[in-house]
Order: sequence, then structure tokens, then C-alpha cells
Amino acid sequence: MTEATIPFEEALAAYDPVLGLEVHVELNTATKMFCGCATTFGAEPNSQVCPTCLGLPGALPVVNEKGVESAIRIGLALNCEIAEWCRFARKNYFYPDMPKNFQTSQYDEPISFGGFLDVELDDGTVYRVEIERAHMEEDTGKSLHVGGATGRIHGADHSLVDYNRAGIPLIEIVTKPMLGTGERAPEIARAYVAALRDLVKALGVSDVKMEQGSMRCDVNLSLMPKGSTTLGTRSETKNVNSLRSVERAVRYEIGRHGAILSSGGKVVQETRHWHEDTGITTSGREKSDAEDYRYFPEPDLVPVAPSRETVEALRATLPENPAARLRRLQSTWGYSDLEMRDVVNAGLVETIEETVAAGATPAGARKWWSGEVARRANTDGQDVSSYAAGLGVTPAHVVELEGLVTAGRLNDSMARQVWEGVLDGEGTPTLVADARGLELVRDDGALEAAVDAVIAANPEVADKIREGKVQAAGALIGQVMKAMKGQADAAKARALILAKLGQS
Amino acid sequence: MTDPIRSTAAEMAAALAAGEISSVELTQAHLDRTAAVDGAVHAYLHVDGAGALDQAKAIDDRRAAGEQLHPMAGVPIAVKDVMATKGLPTTCGSRILEGWIPPYDATLVRRLREAGLPILGKLNMDEFAMGSSTEHSAYGPTHNPWDLTRIPGGSGGGSSSVVASFQAPLAIGTDTGGSIRQPAAVTGTVGTKPTYGGVSRYGLVALASSLDQAGPCTRTVLDAALLHDLIGGHDPLDSTSIDAPVPPVVEAARRADVTGMRIGIVKELTGAGFQAGVQQRFDEAIAALVARGAEVVEVSCPNFEYALAAYYLILPSEASSNLAKFDAMRYGLRVLPDGVADPSAEQVMAATRDAGFGDEVKRRIILGTYALSSGYYDAYYGSAQKVRRLIADDFARAFETADVLASPTAPTTAFKLGDKLDDPMAMYLNDIATIPANLAGVPGMSVPTGLAPEDGLPTGIQFLAPATKDERLYAVGAALEAALTETWGGPLLDRAPDLLLASADLRVGAPNSADATTGGAR
Ligand SMILES: [Zn+2]
Repeated sequence: MTEATIPFEEALAAYDPVLGLEVHVELNTATKMFCGCATTFGAEPNSQVCPTCLGLPGALPVVNEKGVESAIRIGLALNCEIAEWCRFARKNYFYPDMPKNFQTSQYDEPISFGGFLDVELDDGTVYRVEIERAHMEEDTGKSLHVGGATGRIHGADHSLVDYNRAGIPLIEIVTKPMLGTGERAPEIARAYVAALRDLVKALGVSDVKMEQGSMRCDVNLSLMPKGSTTLGTRSETKNVNSLRSVERAVRYEIGRHGAILSSGGKVVQETRHWHEDTGITTSGREKSDAEDYRYFPEPDLVPVAPSRETVEALRATLPENPAARLRRLQSTWGYSDLEMRDVVNAGLVETIEETVAAGATPAGARKWWSGEVARRANTDGQDVSSYAAGLGVTPAHVVELEGLVTAGRLNDSMARQVWEGVLDGEGTPTLVADARGLELVRDDGALEAAVDAVIAANPEVADKIREGKVQAAGALIGQVMKAMKGQADAAKARALILAKLGQS
Repeated sequence: MTDPIRSTAAEMAAALAAGEISSVELTQAHLDRTAAVDGAVHAYLHVDGAGALDQAKAIDDRRAAGEQLHPMAGVPIAVKDVMATKGLPTTCGSRILEGWIPPYDATLVRRLREAGLPILGKLNMDEFAMGSSTEHSAYGPTHNPWDLTRIPGGSGGGSSSVVASFQAPLAIGTDTGGSIRQPAAVTGTVGTKPTYGGVSRYGLVALASSLDQAGPCTRTVLDAALLHDLIGGHDPLDSTSIDAPVPPVVEAARRADVTGMRIGIVKELTGAGFQAGVQQRFDEAIAALVARGAEVVEVSCPNFEYALAAYYLILPSEASSNLAKFDAMRYGLRVLPDGVADPSAEQVMAATRDAGFGDEVKRRIILGTYALSSGYYDAYYGSAQKVRRLIADDFARAFETADVLASPTAPTTAFKLGDKLDDPMAMYLNDIATIPANLAGVPGMSVPTGLAPEDGLPTGIQFLAPATKDERLYAVGAALEAALTETWGGPLLDRAPDLLLASADLRVGAPNSADATTGGAR
């Protein structure tokens, strides 16, 4: 059932959106949060379980210290305060994929709280997202509903539960209500999730693969009449698991809330399901007072009390903030905003960094990695660096190719042919150039003869050049190159033409 | 040894080491005893004769091969059915776990196996350890060996009666509010609740995680110390386990020295509310300790008054959450709801929990769910935690002037089966003296003081020590035991009725068989 929506612009003319994002990040620790089970993704169902993560009677949890470290590093990277003393709490509710029927989480004593993340939008505007808290918890198992048309529990024949995921450490990062986003709410939501993803990835504590569920996003949204300061009733759209969906879900919910409010209705506080295919949300369970998680401190665990020395030691391990790093690289490399964005979107930053470090010019590194390789990787559905790695093509190859051009052995079009050969697996640039017989003609006599012949054949053009229309030389250079079958140095040809026509 | 089962565990260990008896013989003797008397006592929920004999045989073989064995190797033991035992049923006295066979051993069970103690079987208990009489077991009550018409205490009535009826020299109990100590008191046996964290809880099916503690149930203080020493100590699988060596309990039990020890009589836990004979034997026990060189001081613990109320908020709160895992999804009972064609998981959970849990369990789950509810949390669970701190403060102050504290263990001797079943408050009051130790995490022990003159039934004294000072309990307990055994001219249990006759009497409906009203320190 599709609910009424009004156009985005119409909703925004009357209401201000208030955003809130809850992002779950699955840590990449080798073992689970409270037991020694492995955390390998995609393992045989129920092969990575033990009495503790299966919730067998009598089994007890023990905190994974690595998980706590990762949590602290995420908190620090989000400019949070790290609690000197905090506890786990039990969140009590019944669900078949939750072995103990409570989730070990944190409630009023999160490990980190009160931070922020500055998010840069496409036009360079920076929006500061206030972070309420980032707390530790465990993941649930996974239900697979069999026999229904939708894969949802409703209408299913039976359900299977895989507890491999149960107990995998999660960090839940909760923003404060984000005010004043206006029409940029969808864009800001997306940019925040992207920035958070990059940050966590840079920390190396999670794979942050939204498509595999190692990063999951819940979007909270409410509208308040323009000029009001009273927050409206919010909806919580669960499992919005791609950047594009985050943007779309915010946009959709703004239109849906707008339709309800502008027709005098009341928004119901509820969780909503996001439908990737149709781009709409549908009602999930209604949130009411009946939903009471009966939190209380987890008596089976002792408090977590990281010493200030530990916290500072972990702070020292923080990588550069990804956004700041990009700004630094852009300025070092001298790329335009557009060039930099292309490079970032193509996932080429690290590759270019390595290539420049290996001795290539930033312009060369960008040119060689973003052209043909990117096209081929894209066709192959891979990101450039893993595609290149798969081919055995390395930054050193780019450096070598550039060297051949600088040394005057190859011109640009020859270099492109050589690069194609390298990508085809024919070997290093030098080997490819040798094998394909690609080399600029260095015999100036041949070039001079060709120039003379072209001038003789094009007297009108030659006259124009003699009169000072230097740009007309291009036509003659083209003919010289053609005559030389491309194996000439275009710059040399140009210099020779101009000299012979009295323009040098 | 003429009648091996009436020896102490320490004597059995010595006889095994000396080659006077084999573990197989000793284990078989206990199994024979069980076959003879447990029909009347019902201490066991599950007897593993074959398994115990296999373990005994293995120990005998290793001993014969000259292997260095644990001092207690070959002495059989029985385990409360709340501890996970690999390959052996573990029901917690509940229908909901009927047929469940754990795939793993509790840490303390693993330690018993590693030390070579044959495990005779699993012991009856109030369902999920909720109760003071073992009447809340889904599998029928256990009977007190002193009088089969009376309760053996609870929740560990199986653990107390199994040693009192000589079916095992040693048993494991668990104590959340007195479930080791009160059964010991009403059966004339010894039971220790170690310091919280002193014995691993890994594999102990939790009732209330912050209160539960496993410990030894025995006939003598030294036996308790030997078992405490074996099962105690740090366990990396239990985050709340204390990372320190086991206190020197065995040495303290052997020395039995109370010279200069200051015994604090807890003002709030004597006098009014305690049965006259219980109080009388308590006073006599204190006198006996003074005669052995102890000093007596009176201490006041004003907040103990609120202990019961706090306990009955904290325990049900934790229990309501701990017992949520029993949902028919992965193990145990599964009941499909009546008249529902295509039941949902939620409906199956509800039907199973309805059928699988007894009334007392449901009562506490509902209490706890209510106490943790949003809007009530601060008033109930929050306040209870504050009381808990105040009680810990009371203990801290009391231990400034006393080395150990003392009180009668239970307010009365064993009451009749069925007497308090319909009055939960009366049942809860049984634990009035034992609960403060659980709330504060301090160790406690119950030691027999004799038989109450008015009913001839066992009475007990409880000693309490500061956290991690468990050895003090053994020193004072062993001193008292020595003094009273001398007075009695032998162990108190020698005066228990002959169960073989008593169980015959029970069958013909004979009244109270205990006629030993002459006990006491004379
Ligand atoms: Zn596990």
C-alpha cells in the first residue's frame, strides 16, 4: 500500500526537516564481542557458535578487549569523550534470532559520547553533525524466512536462524537531532553516512560494506512547521543500506510526513521498512509505551574502565581525518575540485598516492589510472585498485611509462598504445614499446623532409603562418604526423614548421 | 573401613590413597545406598551409576599405574542440577529443560572431572533455585532425612539431603539467598557460600547473576574446605570471577583455631522471630567458641531490615532476564499452543513458557518484569541497589570490630512439606538471615549446632566473613564442630533416624520419626 506524499519542495516550503541517523558498524575483530567464536563473513550457517553466543543455559560472556579498543578509537575519531567508567546493559525483548532474548548493549553509560563529525558537501559547504553517543553492543542472529513470496516473516512457511552473526561486535553511532538542514537534508544525510564510512574505514576497524551489512543505517525523520522549535513525531526507517538509499529515504519520508501534516493528520511514531526497489517506506511495528526494553546493568560483566593512558595511547594511533587528508592531497597534487572529486569517486586516491610516491607526476598518475584502467575496471564491475592488482599492473608501470614520454621515446598517442599493451598483460611499458615497435623517429632528416613536403603541398596554409597566424600550424603538424605514421615528435615537427616559415 | 559411606570425604580420600578401598567400591557403595533410600528421600533427579563407575574405574587404574592424583581423586560427588554437565541431563528442576543434555561442562564440573571425582548424578532443587524447601521442583519434593515429612531446605534440598542421607560424601550447591546454608542448617550438615566470584559461575544456570554463588555441601567443615579448594579460583570464562588464589581454607579448617577471634553477634538477626530451640542452640554454640578462646562482640547492621525487600526486587529483575532464553527455539521443551493452526514463534514461546515454568518461577518473572519497567525502574530496581550498598556498608562497619559475624542460619527448624507452599511471604522469610551475605557478596557458612529441644530437628549457626576472607569461616566452623562433636560424643548425623526404617514408616503413614529431642551441648 502506497501512502500519499507531496512533492519535496512543497513539504519544505511549509516544514523544516529534523534528521537523526543511527548507524551500526560491525567491527572486524577476529572473534565475537563476548566469546571466542570466529567472525568470518559467509561461513556455513551455525558453524561459528558456542554456548555463549547460542545463549545456552549457564554460559557467560567475556568482553573482547579488541572490541573495546575499536570502540574507543571510533569515539576518539568522532571527537567524543571517552567514559572513564561504563557498563554494558541488557536490552530485553523476545525475538527468535536473539539467543538470550536480551541484547547485551549499552544504555545510559555509553563508552563514548558528545562528539561531532564535520561533513563536507559537494559544493564545499561544511555541515557539523553532532554525535550523541557511540556505544558497544552485540549483533543478533539472522532469520531466513522460507516459503513466502516476500522473504519477510509474513506469509513465510517456516524460518531458519543462523547464529553465526549473533555476538559479533557492533558500534552504534547516534547523532543528535540535525536541525537546519532544510532542502539539503537528503544530501547531508548521505554525506554524513559517506564520511562516517570513510572515517571508520580509515581506522581499519570495520569493512564498512553496506551491501554486506557491516554498516547499517536507520534514518529518523520528523518535520516541524517552519518557525517552530517543537520537534515533530518521528519515523524510524530501518536498514537503509546504501548511500543512495539514505538520500532517497530522507526525501521520501519528507514527502510522506509533509502529506500527513499538511492534510491535518498526525504522524505515527513507528518503525518503517525501506524498499530499495520502489523507493518507498512502509509501516513496520508501531512504537508505543508497550515497547519497553527494561534495560538494566549487565550483571555478568564487570564495568569497562579504560585508563586515561590507554585512551591517549589509542588516540595516538588515529589516522588523519579522511576529509582533511583529501584536502591536503588535493592541494599537494594541484588537482581542480572536479578532478579531485572524480578521483575520489573512482576510488583512486590511494593508488594515485602510491604512484606519486613511486615517482610519477600527480597529473600523470591521474591521467593513466583514471582513463583506460578505470574504464576496464568499471566494465568488469571492480574497483580500480583491485582490478589493477589483479592484472599485476603497479604504480611502477605508470612511472616507467611517464619516463618513456619524458625521455622523448614515446609521444602521447604512442604512450596510450603502450599502456593498453600493459593492461593486456604484454609486460612492462618498455617491453610493450619494444615488442610493438613503438618509438619516435629520431632521424631529424626524415622529419625535415616530411615538413618540407607538407609545406610544399599546402602553400596557402604556409602563407598564413608566414603572416603570423601561428595557430594554423596545427593543420600542417597533423599532416606531418600522418606522413610519419605517428612516429614523430609533434613538438619537434611544430618547431621545425615554424622555423621554416620564419616564426620562431 | 567398616561402613565406607559414613566416613568423611577426607577419610575416604585417605583410604583411597592408602589402597584400603577402591574408588569403584566406594562409588558402588554410594550407588547401593541411593538404591536403598532415595526412593524415600528423592535427593536425585538423575543418577549416573554407569558414568560414575567408569570414572571411578579410570581413577583406580591411574592410581594403580602410579600416577600422581589429586588428593580427592576417587571420592564420589553429586551435583545440583543447576550446573551444566556435559552428557548428563540438566533440568534446574524445571519442565522447561526436560531432556536437555548440555554440550559442555560448567567450569567447576570440569574441575571435578579433572581432579577425578566420579559424578554420581544430579540433585533435586526448587525450580531454577527459586524456593526454600525444594517443593517447587517440577519433579516432586525432596524429603528431609531427619524426618521425611519435612522439607530439606531449599533451593538445594537435594544437595543437603544427599550428604545427610549418606548417598554422597560431597555435593555441589548454589546459594543465591541461602540455598546452600539454609538446607545445611535444617539437615544437620555443613554448607559454604564462598565470596562472590570465588567459584566460577560459568555453567551455573543463572537465577540472579549478581547473587549466585556455587559452593560445597558436606558433612564436615574440613570436607567443605577440601571441596571449596578444589572448585575455587579464577576462571577466565567468568568475568566476575576473582583473579586471586583460593583463600587458605583447608589450612584454616585443619587448625580450627579461634584464639582471639572476635565473633560479632548481629543484633538484628537474633531473638525475636527465631524459634526458641534455634536460638538456644545458637547461644550454646557461641559459648562453646568462647570456651575455645574466641571473643564476643555485638554488632548492629540496621539496614539488614531492608535486605529481604531489596533481594526480592533484585533477584526477580535479574531472573526475569536470565530466564528469557527459555523460549523453545533452540533447546528444551517446545509446546505448541492449543487450537492455533499456524502458530507464530511468539505464540510457541508463550505456550512453552506457560507450560514449562511453575508458579513460583512465573511469579518472580512477573515481579522482575514489573520492577524493571520503564517508570518503575528507579523506584524498585534502583532503590534496591541503593539498599544493597547500605548493606555492604553495614558489613564493612561490622567487620571493623569483628573478624566474623554470627547468627542462626534459619529462623526455624525444618517445617512440614506443604506448610508454607501457599504463603510465599512466609517462605521468603526463611532466608532473612542468609540474604544479606548475597547482597554484599561476602562469604557465609552454616554449621550444625545440634537439635532443637522442642522438635528434635537440626539447627544451624551461620558465620559470615569479609569478602575473600573465606578461611575465617573454616577456622571458626571447624572449631565449633570440634567442640560440639566432643560434647555430643560423635557426629550429629549419628543421631539421625535410620532411613531404611524411616522410609518404611513413611510408607505406612507414621508420624514424625525424629525422637532425638535430647540433643544439645550438655
Ligand atoms: Zn560464540
